[in-house]
Amino acid sequence: MPQSLLPWFLVIQRLGIALLTLIIVSFAVFFATELLPGDVAEILLGQAATPEAVAGLRAAMGLDEPALSRFIGWLAGLASGDLGTSYVNKMEIVELLSGRLRNSLQLAGVTTLVSVPIALSLGIGAAMWRGSLFDRVVTVLTISVISVPEFMVATLAVLIFAVWLDWLPALSYGADMSSLGTMLKAYAMPVITLSFVVSAQMIRMTRAAVIETINTPYVEMALLKGASRKRMVLVHALPNALGPIANAVALSLSYLVGGVIIVETIFNYPGVAKLMVDAVSTRDLPLIQSCAMIFCVSYLMLITLADLIAILSNPRLRR
Amino acid sequence: MMAEYQTTTAAKDAPKPKGPGWSFNWVGRIGLAIMLFWGLVAFVGPWLAPHPPGEIVDWDYFGPVSGDYWMGTDYLGRDIFSRILMGARYTVGIALAAVTLACTLGVILGMIAAVAGGWFDMVLSRLLDAFNGIPSLLFGLVVVAAVGSSIPVLILTLTAIYMPGAYRFARALAVNVNTMDFVTVARARGESTRYLILQEIFPNILGPVLADLGLRFVFIVLVLSGLSFLGLGVQPPNADWGGLVRENIEGLSLGAPAVIFPSVAIASLTISVNMFIDNLPTKIRDRSE
Repeated sequence: MPQSLLPWFLVIQRLGIALLTLIIVSFAVFFATELLPGDVAEILLGQAATPEAVAGLRAAMGLDEPALSRFIGWLAGLASGDLGTSYVNKMEIVELLSGRLRNSLQLAGVTTLVSVPIALSLGIGAAMWRGSLFDRVVTVLTISVISVPEFMVATLAVLIFAVWLDWLPALSYGADMSSLGTMLKAYAMPVITLSFVVSAQMIRMTRAAVIETINTPYVEMALLKGASRKRMVLVHALPNALGPIANAVALSLSYLVGGVIIVETIFNYPGVAKLMVDAVSTRDLPLIQSCAMIFCVSYLMLITLADLIAILSNPRLRR
Repeated sequence: MMAEYQTTTAAKDAPKPKGPGWSFNWVGRIGLAIMLFWGLVAFVGPWLAPHPPGEIVDWDYFGPVSGDYWMGTDYLGRDIFSRILMGARYTVGIALAAVTLACTLGVILGMIAAVAGGWFDMVLSRLLDAFNGIPSLLFGLVVVAAVGSSIPVLILTLTAIYMPGAYRFARALAVNVNTMDFVTVARARGESTRYLILQEIFPNILGPVLADLGLRFVFIVLVLSGLSFLGLGVQPPNADWGGLVRENIEGLSLGAPAVIFPSVAIASLTISVNMFIDNLPTKIRDRSE
């Protein structure tokens, strides 16, 4: 195989692994929720669960078919955009999800726009002035944010911005969204919390990536020939650290998936995660499955993207 | 005095050991002290509690800090201090059980995969990598939705979430050790796989594995607290620290201290474990570097 094709071979291999992972994940999601104790038809019918009614409903829902064929049917439905109907309110899941998904994506998008520039400048700055007071403060802060649960960051944010300073409402929704100002206020709290959680990871990884490049001989050479510390980092080290940094950004954004579940619950934000947590309490299985698949797919996309960036930005594979 | 005692007995015929020692810096010591403190509280805490943790003792809810109720009272008027002492048992106990199971299983499988290689290694690695493609909190949510929440379910779920990571870590270390000369020699001597794993590889990956165990413990405490915070972890009337935060979060707007102390308890546990494993004694840390 010619050398120049090696990175593309690795990319295809990585995509294949992602696809395989997706199938295993969907298998796990389907059977974790499907093989639960208790019969769905019986639970749905409640008081009216005569044996005949249960048998009828099971046949109508296709529950009497073997699990594997239902799994394949479910996968085919997912692929064609038919997610089934909710057990609880008999609505099409696609309808339930579409608005919620837009809300969640908006939240994730705004968080990304806010956190990436801040995290990158802090991370690169900390690496540039490594060992300084600034670096130490940033390091201690990021470690603290990483070692406490997301809901604690949210609680602290509410305590500071809503209770003590009284700048922002504690609840995001229900507030009116008429003008830009009120809308910003409504978004502020979830975005602040999520940005903290995501940036902490990003700063740490960015700092590590830049420091690794600074430790290479050619950057030392730049310093020896008389380049300033700023020039050494920004002109000589940074271009070669861009791959690892992009990898770090994609990896940190995958923390959004976990963080968003907690944050949407706390701030009562009408996104997919809130829908899923509510579905868990009503045991609405088709809805849980669909939400879980949305999260797994976005998580998988982000970590696969991180790996692809790492492969493609490695010049040793391009020779 | 300690030093004198040692030189006269144990270290008499052995030369003074050079290189990595057991001592470590004060940051690590503080971390270790707080860790041990919470471990002790989890063990004896319920007997120290000034009030029964499940009993309503204050007829006012969200009471302030006072001489009777050292950390205030919760949304029903139960003593927060006693509930935190009792909650330590759930949080520390469940996390410890889960991390022990996850790391034991992961490390054993990882070492076997590294030594055996071949299809066993490939299938297991692919399968567990796929498992890593599921976000952890989500996995917990789905399982708890399906089977309902109880302490054994929580322990097994957390084990399932963190076993693949432990496997991957141990396997990577074991693969490195496996190529070293002393393992090749042992293999040439005709030692069994079991001997290779237990006598040659395990002692040499123990240090990093212990550090990894600490890190995984922190993750497990965080996910467990997150699940309890969502109402899917330890069920009322019992509560771990995440559950205590959930119960009392409404008190925040009333300025009640009830939600602050359980949060501080979680943070002190996770940060102290981080402090300890970042500053492990060199004797443990540098073993296989």
